[in-house]
Amino acid sequence: MPGLIGKKIGMTSIFSEEGKNIPCTILEVGPCMVTQIKTEEIDGYNAVQLGYDDKKESRVGKAALGHFKNAKSSPLKKLVEFGSDFDEALLGVTYNADLFQEGDFVSISGTSKGKGFQGVVKRHNFRGVGDATHGQHNRLRAPGSIGAASYPARVFKGMRMAGQTGNARVKVDNLQVVKVLVEKNMVVVKGAVPGAKNSYITIEK
Amino acid sequence: MKLTFIKMNITDTIANELVPSRDFPSFKAGDNITVYYTIKEGDKQRTQLFKGDVLQTKGTGATETFTVRKISHSVGVERIFPLNSPLIEKIEVNKKGRVRRAKIYYLRELTGKKARIKEVKS
Repeated sequence: MPGLIGKKIGMTSIFSEEGKNIPCTILEVGPCMVTQIKTEEIDGYNAVQLGYDDKKESRVGKAALGHFKNAKSSPLKKLVEFGSDFDEALLGVTYNADLFQEGDFVSISGTSKGKGFQGVVKRHNFRGVGDATHGQHNRLRAPGSIGAASYPARVFKGMRMAGQTGNARVKVDNLQVVKVLVEKNMVVVKGAVPGAKNSYITIEK
Repeated sequence: MKLTFIKMNITDTIANELVPSRDFPSFKAGDNITVYYTIKEGDKQRTQLFKGDVLQTKGTGATETFTVRKISHSVGVERIFPLNSPLIEKIEVNKKGRVRRAKIYYLRELTGKKARIKEVKS
């Protein structure tokens, strides 16, 4: 699916024609430049590599600089590969927010906000212990039993336990595009998008 | 002299463009107002009045809201309106109240004569 790289700007709410309040996320989308076209013969698969967000030339290594030079593009901060079904994808071609139209449904992926090492109540929505008394000394948010006894005599793989929460790649499907501001390269979608403000996201049709 | 640079938040700038701000008379917590609110039922449209005291105004710009409280059949009723909602026809300020707080939640605990708000004499 064709897609673009962007940045989360922030959330707000706008009114629909019926006067309903719609929660929205504002995203900057593009301009994205084609930096490489991967083909079956050379790379073993077809894909289009897009770049986004200008970078100072002095901060780019020589190898990367050569890569951008081949693509006739200025140095860019973020490179992402997409499927090959773009219209007329050529090196140096720029895609803008007008790739999307109002009413389109898009998938957006980003890196969710990191919450650190969290217990099972926050991480897996366990309920914890319902009682504060009746002998519950310090296990209000404990996970409870994690398995049986001498058979199977081990804890099954994939048992939900405490650990790092957030800061993982998350994809949200079927977000509706509410507005496209072409001259600003911004797209407004209904609902929330993973990640913090100013974090990179990819938006796919 | 200290120089202050005003850098507008991009989210707010765009939100204010997308949501046209409405021109209503200014009011704050403690004021008694009437909100004329459009209600759509199928293809029919009518206007409903909601008259009461403003408990609070909250937020800025496109997402600003205000809470109005009234006593209806001896039951307190509160309603939160988005200030820039296209469904608000007009707002009338009936009384300017003299209160010391920006959020007068204490009014919820009061009934009868105690729940009166002094009027500002202009």
